[in-house]
Amino acid sequence: MIAPHLPALQVVLPLIAAPLCVLTFNGRLAWLLALLVSWAAFAISVALLLQVLAAGEPITYALGGWPPPWGIEYRVDILNVFVLLIVSAIGAVVLLYAYRSVEREIAPDRQHLFYAMYVLCLTGLLGITITGDAFNIFVFLEISSLSTYALIAMGRRRKALTAAFQYLILGTIGATFYLIGIGLLYMVTGTLNLVDLNQRLADVQDARAVLVAFSFVTVGIALKLALFPLHLWLPNAYAFAPSAVSAFIAATATKVSVYVMLRLVYGVFGVDFAFGAEPLGMVLFVPALIAVFAGSLVAIFQINIKRMLAYSSVAQIGYIVLGLSLATQTALLAAVVHLFNHALMKGALFCVLGCIFYRIGSVRIEQMAGIAREMPWTMAGFVVAGLSLIGVPLTAGFISKWYLVQAALEQGYWPLAVAILLAAPLALIYVWRVIEAAYLQPVPAGREPVREAPLVMLIPTWILVLANVYFGIETSLTVENANRAAALLLHGSW
Amino acid sequence: MTFVLAHLNYWVVVVLMMIGLYIVVSRGNLIKKIVGLNIFQTSVFLLYISLAKVAGGTAPIADERFTVYANPLPHVLILTAIVVGVATTSLGLALVVRIREAYGTIEEDEIDLQDDEE
Repeated sequence: MIAPHLPALQVVLPLIAAPLCVLTFNGRLAWLLALLVSWAAFAISVALLLQVLAAGEPITYALGGWPPPWGIEYRVDILNVFVLLIVSAIGAVVLLYAYRSVEREIAPDRQHLFYAMYVLCLTGLLGITITGDAFNIFVFLEISSLSTYALIAMGRRRKALTAAFQYLILGTIGATFYLIGIGLLYMVTGTLNLVDLNQRLADVQDARAVLVAFSFVTVGIALKLALFPLHLWLPNAYAFAPSAVSAFIAATATKVSVYVMLRLVYGVFGVDFAFGAEPLGMVLFVPALIAVFAGSLVAIFQINIKRMLAYSSVAQIGYIVLGLSLATQTALLAAVVHLFNHALMKGALFCVLGCIFYRIGSVRIEQMAGIAREMPWTMAGFVVAGLSLIGVPLTAGFISKWYLVQAALEQGYWPLAVAILLAAPLALIYVWRVIEAAYLQPVPAGREPVREAPLVMLIPTWILVLANVYFGIETSLTVENANRAAALLLHGSW
Repeated sequence: MTFVLAHLNYWVVVVLMMIGLYIVVSRGNLIKKIVGLNIFQTSVFLLYISLAKVAGGTAPIADERFTVYANPLPHVLILTAIVVGVATTSLGLALVVRIREAYGTIEEDEIDLQDDEE
């Protein structure tokens, strides 16, 4: 009875929970409610995945009973159910982790508001992913963005405020660019439904308005997904946000924007238009390749380790966009798998840093010297997730890089394959810096001896760390579904 | 000239859009940045309203005397976008208030100076 309504519940449940969290006026109660809802959202996304796999075709849900294209359609296919799964999983695990971290970092009278913003952000991200309506994407994009700005501003240092403000300005410009693009598309086609748009655009591809719309939408979304050189908002936003927020948004927000890019470029404008008639491949390829190297190089010189991981995110997003720009089956497979795997890596790494911040109140590298002797489990998590970030075999990171190199070789782009391999040692350098400091250097003078992080934080961290290992060995869930998603993007069915 | 006059509202949209973006990029005062952002967003509202116009059409209210109406859908969409714009502005202003409390200034270069000293 409830099964046909799962697509709506996926978004509505967290949406309702947000005002309820505000009304609890109690941090612990709000946390329990948010936890319940986020795990329910995770369960729903698993159920949706099973439904989609069983059906073998997209599930559509007409909101309010208005049939598409008149009403808003929720359309669940293999690509977005895969993104729903990772977003809701990270949302649920990080929330489990958040309780102690938030207790330490957020004032008691604001904790219930924190959880309200958190579930609102989750609502926005899930909504962007599940909806089949271009304007609805804009609305959810703004719901997730506005709540993210507020969450970042809750960071303890005053730099969090300026980071949030900068993100607000750039994020709003990005979203408004998207809005302009959608308006122009509506002007030409008279529809906002993504499937309908795709069909109608086929007849009007030469219209200049379509070209302008294409440019606005691409640039707007590139700003939201922090593609080099539009990444300027990202490092400070990740570095100064509360620990749990860094872990959540670093793992999910940019990934959902990548999904929107995939959906619009392949599902709406189409491969022939974007990569045949227009040179999108080259336009994305060059910044993505620069991002891989520049992001990694800048990461090496960071003193604040959260900031280091933020620059590493810029580089990793470069890998995903590289896959997107090559527009072949294997390359898209690599992009979708890396979208999933990178969420696991960054989720785990930011959780580790949250544990360290919880104990020593800093994530600067000189303060972290010798920390591995006092917090062995936390730092072991960093090592494993760090190996995954580098792309060592038997970790999730290896799988996605492997397919990306294969995609480059298939196309005969062997210099690209070499470049991808050359970028891996850069990740090794910045991960090693932290490991070297934590394991080999003496404890700095004046730092109080600390204990291992509390179990309620360590367990969620290790769930994410072990997921990195699991998906590096057992790839049937990730690679097979990513393969189907790639086929869907290129051929319209899987 | 007729080309300009026939698309007058679109020209206004483009000019406003550029003014708004320019203010956001060029001004260091945080309040002025938000003002620029508002002008930028307003230009997009005008774009949507303009494209809803149907030549000779009246306001979209059902009445027996009229058969040609303006397209109401962009109006509805932009109502939503206005709400989003208001939320963005209020959040932005709230942040500016807290930045003023924390830094004692709302000039970007002075804030950067204080951040560098830390």
